[in-house]
Amino acid sequence: MAAVADVGAAICLVLGSLLALIAAVGVLRFPDVLTRMHSATKPQVLGLLLVLLGIGLRLRDPGATGLLLLVGLSQLVTSPIATHMVGRAAFRAGQVRRDLLVVDELSQTLDQDR
Amino acid sequence: MTVVLIVCLGLLTAAAALLVVRIALGPTMMDRVVALDVLVAAVICWLGVEAAVNRHATTLPILMVLSLVGFVGSVSMARFNKGSQDIEAER
Repeated sequence: MAAVADVGAAICLVLGSLLALIAAVGVLRFPDVLTRMHSATKPQVLGLLLVLLGIGLRLRDPGATGLLLLVGLSQLVTSPIATHMVGRAAFRAGQVRRDLLVVDELSQTLDQDR
Repeated sequence: MTVVLIVCLGLLTAAAALLVVRIALGPTMMDRVVALDVLVAAVICWLGVEAAVNRHATTLPILMVLSLVGFVGSVSMARFNKGSQDIEAER
């Protein structure tokens, strides 16, 4: 049983690290802030959750598991808020490539408010 | 488990190197903030992998602190982004 949990932990750790690398490649390769935000949230949070699951499977300690759950939960809650603020600030400052946007409803609303 | 440690830390170090390149290139401050956010997550993964492989829980509180500090950092950078006339958020 312990060996199975260790193998599961190893798989989770490697997959999580791979997703972190994928997120980094996305942040480096994508063309503007909004697309970079996509890879900064989704693969990064999933990779972190996989690493936390790997730690939990390896340590098998209730106290550590509680702390890991708290870290994962705080990532899930804070990551959308942070990227929402970043996207909003970048859009309003005009630091977004508009030629890449398919639909742009926010610009109209912002123009009406002025 | 040593192989897992080497593989994971290699992947995470490569990820951190790519993110440092993005932070250096910019071009805007928001790109750097996004890359820094991912870099903090990579550091969390790094510490976590090390804790899991060596089977100790001493660095787990640091993971908690890092995840909250990374959030506060990117939110405050977005808040005080130069060049944005963001009056709505001031209220």
